[in-house]
Amino acid sequence: MEGRMTSLEATMKASSTMASSMARNADPDQQTLRSNSVEQFYFPRPGQSLPGIPPFFGPPSSSLYLPNDNEAKFGNQFESNPSQNTDWDPQAIVSNLTFLEQKIKQVKDIVQSMNNRENQVAGGSSELAAKQQLITADLTSIIIQLISTAGSLLPSMKNPLLSSNPAVRQLGNTLGSPMGFGMNANQRPSVDSKTDIPDTGKTSDYDELMNSLNTAQDERDELIKCPNPCGGEGSEPTPMEDHDVKESDDGGEGENLPPGSYVVLQLEKEEILAPHTHFCLICGKGFKRDANLRMHMRGHGDEYKTPAALAKPTKDSGADHAPVTRYSCPFVGCKRNKEHKKFQPLKTILCVKNHYKRSHCDKSYTCSRCNTKKFSVIADLKTHEKHCGRDKWLCSCGTTFSRKDKLFGHVALFQGHTPALPMEDVKVSEASEQPHDSEPMNEMARSMVYSFPSSSSDGISNLDMKMADDVRGYFSPLSFDPCFGALDDFTRPGFDISENPFSFLPSGSCSYGQQNGDS
Amino acid sequence: MAAAAAQQHRHPKRRRLFLSLSPSPSPTPTPVAPPLDTLADELLFLVLDRVAQADPRALKSFALASRACHAAESRHRRVVRPLRPDLLPAALARYPCATRLDLSLCARVPDAALASAVSSCSALRAVDLSRSRGFGAAGVAALAALCPGLADLDLSNGVDLGDAAAAEVGRARGLRRLSLARWKPLTDMGLGCVAVVCTELRELSLKWCLGVSDLGIQLLALKCRKLTSLNLSYTMITKDSFPAIMKLPNLQELTLVGCIGIDDVALDSLDKECSKSLQVLDMSLCQNITDVGVSSIVKSVPNLLELDLSYCCPVTPSMVRSFQKIPKLQTLKLEGCKFMAYALKAIGISCVSLRELSLSKCSGVMDTELSLAVSRLKNLLKLDITCCRNITDVSLAAITSSCTSLISLRMESCSRVSSGALQLIGKHCSHLEELDLTDSDLDDEGLKALARCSKLSSLKIGICLKISDEGLTHIGRSCPKLCDIDLYRCGGLSNDGIIQIAQGCPMLECINLSYCTEITDRSLISLSKCAKLNTLEIRGCPMITSTGLSEIAMGCRLLSKLDIKKCFEINDVGMLYLSQFSHSLRQINLSYCSVTDIGLLSLSSISGLQNMTIVHLAGITPNGLMATLMVCGCLTKVKVHEAFKSKMPAHMIKNVEARGCVFQWIDKPFKVEVEPCDVWKQQSQDVLVR
Repeated sequence: MEGRMTSLEATMKASSTMASSMARNADPDQQTLRSNSVEQFYFPRPGQSLPGIPPFFGPPSSSLYLPNDNEAKFGNQFESNPSQNTDWDPQAIVSNLTFLEQKIKQVKDIVQSMNNRENQVAGGSSELAAKQQLITADLTSIIIQLISTAGSLLPSMKNPLLSSNPAVRQLGNTLGSPMGFGMNANQRPSVDSKTDIPDTGKTSDYDELMNSLNTAQDERDELIKCPNPCGGEGSEPTPMEDHDVKESDDGGEGENLPPGSYVVLQLEKEEILAPHTHFCLICGKGFKRDANLRMHMRGHGDEYKTPAALAKPTKDSGADHAPVTRYSCPFVGCKRNKEHKKFQPLKTILCVKNHYKRSHCDKSYTCSRCNTKKFSVIADLKTHEKHCGRDKWLCSCGTTFSRKDKLFGHVALFQGHTPALPMEDVKVSEASEQPHDSEPMNEMARSMVYSFPSSSSDGISNLDMKMADDVRGYFSPLSFDPCFGALDDFTRPGFDISENPFSFLPSGSCSYGQQNGDS
Repeated sequence: MAAAAAQQHRHPKRRRLFLSLSPSPSPTPTPVAPPLDTLADELLFLVLDRVAQADPRALKSFALASRACHAAESRHRRVVRPLRPDLLPAALARYPCATRLDLSLCARVPDAALASAVSSCSALRAVDLSRSRGFGAAGVAALAALCPGLADLDLSNGVDLGDAAAAEVGRARGLRRLSLARWKPLTDMGLGCVAVVCTELRELSLKWCLGVSDLGIQLLALKCRKLTSLNLSYTMITKDSFPAIMKLPNLQELTLVGCIGIDDVALDSLDKECSKSLQVLDMSLCQNITDVGVSSIVKSVPNLLELDLSYCCPVTPSMVRSFQKIPKLQTLKLEGCKFMAYALKAIGISCVSLRELSLSKCSGVMDTELSLAVSRLKNLLKLDITCCRNITDVSLAAITSSCTSLISLRMESCSRVSSGALQLIGKHCSHLEELDLTDSDLDDEGLKALARCSKLSSLKIGICLKISDEGLTHIGRSCPKLCDIDLYRCGGLSNDGIIQIAQGCPMLECINLSYCTEITDRSLISLSKCAKLNTLEIRGCPMITSTGLSEIAMGCRLLSKLDIKKCFEINDVGMLYLSQFSHSLRQINLSYCSVTDIGLLSLSSISGLQNMTIVHLAGITPNGLMATLMVCGCLTKVKVHEAFKSKMPAHMIKNVEARGCVFQWIDKPFKVEVEPCDVWKQQSQDVLVR
């Protein structure tokens, strides 16, 4: 009974498909072949259960229709001169994409209707199964269409035409899968291990397609051919949405994890920046650490003092399936964002926090020693502060180095730069010099010229020397500005005095340097 | 230089004199201008140059003649060598045209003195602070700031000076010659300051700058491209910076004494012919070099003229053969090296243009090879075979027959050469100017033969017990140019020989008569006619008295070094004469003399006295010694018996030390008797054999 019904349905379907295909495709032989294969696979489909079909047939066919010249060209390519299809047509792709869009929508509708029906009529499992198959087939065609569309962007090469039933064959392979969702999971491995598949005797055309895609040998033919049978098919919806998400999630080609082997989580910006992540359910107090929360909970009653309540909660739940979790940065466009082409996931929440603060937040922590370095992560500041001021190798231009050989490399490179001694080494004070704090800038410059020669602080004296010698090199704004900041580290009581005029006018020193440089 | 010294040490007195005289001309105005005023400075200076050449003290007399003379002399002087730093400002104020300031007599030059001194004299181009201490970065800063034309700065022995001072040196942009020897605190930073700024440097010494490493030297090689002479002795230079130094385009002289970081790898790392300018290479005491390394560096320095490998590595034939790659080699010093078989012979084959060869203290120098070598080295002018104890008459015969143009032959302690062979020297090498036959078998016949060497200026024949007055008479008669004669422990000599020398050698500057026990005051009286005598050593001549010394003091006004140890008869009278006449005296050894506090105190009026040895003087009391030390402002080194250390007030000692004087406390036993020369020689040879 069922068999007959389905065969009937299939013939009906086949004829309709054939008609539409015939209308579109210039090659009748191919089309027949295809329709035959379609018939093979779609026979169980119950015709009456497809309310979405009538609208489905119209738009897709029209949308898939290429402009006449294109069509003719393609037709020619298929038959006579297939080696010429090296160019891809944006119009064709646009139309393909439009078609895909509509098709996806239709599949979605079907699935939704199926869902509704499922709620109403609990029975009819065979019908359901048939529908699932239909959805599977539609999705497959969508995928093929997608792939071929994308493939047309790759450098084209003429390949022998795929046999007319690739998608259908492939469908046959995937038929065994219970659900439409399963297709995705099954198909992916087949992509990865496509060479293993041909052992079934007949070479799967889909595999061939995949092969050709993978070897960057793409055919325009498929663009046209493959979608056609699929386009003719009725389709079912839901998985598409899921599939889409899944695919982009898997796209993360992180460390050494194969894509898809982990779950990607994306925290919101507020979550990332929240100071506390654990909150007391009773009083609402927030904590940074779960352990601290649990310690806090003890104050709310004896029930929180049990070993079970105090134990680490994560272990047992995580041990079950232990899905590998990776994190995505919420900042769109960031490489750590899952939308990025070369997405690289972040390993832990801490990584997410540090990454987000470092890359997408203001640097609000300033080093109190050097007053120049800024950090957004407080740990970074602390690390820096450990080393800040240790850059004891100082050049007369004010640049500091942590290593002596680096300083000497610098001095060797720049004409006139001399190694400058840290202030501790210079015993003589500069008490004789009284800088004039309130004087204008050029006055300041003059005082600098006059006062430094008799000073014995090496850093300054060298500056002076440089100024006399090669002003441009030394007092470029770039090198001048950090000079005093760096010298600050070595400030001694005797040195303070001469340093004063500059410290109150940090930008002034910079512009002064420019003046000199221009003169 | 000596002229300046002589001039300067009377400076305080002269000033006083001048001040007392200066009011007198003003009340009695002279209507006629002195004739000197009409002379152009150029002519006057020519006259002064001549005068100074004839008698160094003449300039002083000239300056005291009149105001004009004084002024002319002030303008004339170029070199100022003050005795005391406190006189520095006045001295420089008087000599505004001085270009060279030599502070080597000032043991202590405080920063303030240096600053105030150079502030009045900005024409200075050369400053020598190599023997001075007490100044720091501030003084150097003043020097660099106030003397813009400074080109030559010697800051050697600044053991306390470091990077800060080097940074100040780095302000003297025009420096061409700089010595930072023994600046032990100096690091790469200070050297970097100098290297970056003083790009005009031609000569630089970083000897004993232990803190300097490859980084600084590399920077130096990068920045100071005009360097021609570089001394990196005892620095930590390694193969990292050695190629950079060798690639300096103008480097002519490189001294690498005692560089333990230089090894075969470093020497081998150089490109072929990488330093075509290098002419002098001194790698003595580089312990990590072998003959392989020497062979490999030779190909990098094709134009080498002088190579010093003393105490460096064993000399092998292959190494010597590699010297063929440096055909211009003129000087080869292999002091203290061990000679492998056939190596010395190879020198004769490979180094045919050799002018100077030093084999002093080498082991393995044998007759046959030395004979073969010198037979090929026809151009040899200087030969040093000191302490080659294995060579015999055969070698000497070969040397004298083939190297007839020798001007210098040193063969101290070649004890197996017979007196007969030594006669060959005089017979064949008549061009000799310098001859060292100390501790040899020389006799009167040999000396008679040496009489043919009329150019002889330095003759060292100490511990030659066979010579007598007769032999010395030949020398005195035929060597008028002799200026240095060493007769140490020539026990066979007496007054007559010395008198012959004194009469025949008017140029005599230096004579050593130590332990010639027979000589008396007569010798000294005759020597007092040698006006140029500046060094007199009569240690252990017990028959000499104050009379002889007083004659010397009056006759030899340039006397600067005097050793009268164990001249027991010399007493305060001698000292009084010395203090009166020998104002050039710098160094004196008074041990075992009969000098008392009085004589010692009178010596203190010699303001330039720097070095005193006062051990085992019975008549000296702590108070007298202390008084002398306090008065002598220029003392740099005093040797005193340890017993005095506790007897003198500590704060006084500290005071003296603060002026730059170093005390050396001697703790030797009192030993009066002087053994005869032959006994002494026997004893010393016994020591040697053992």
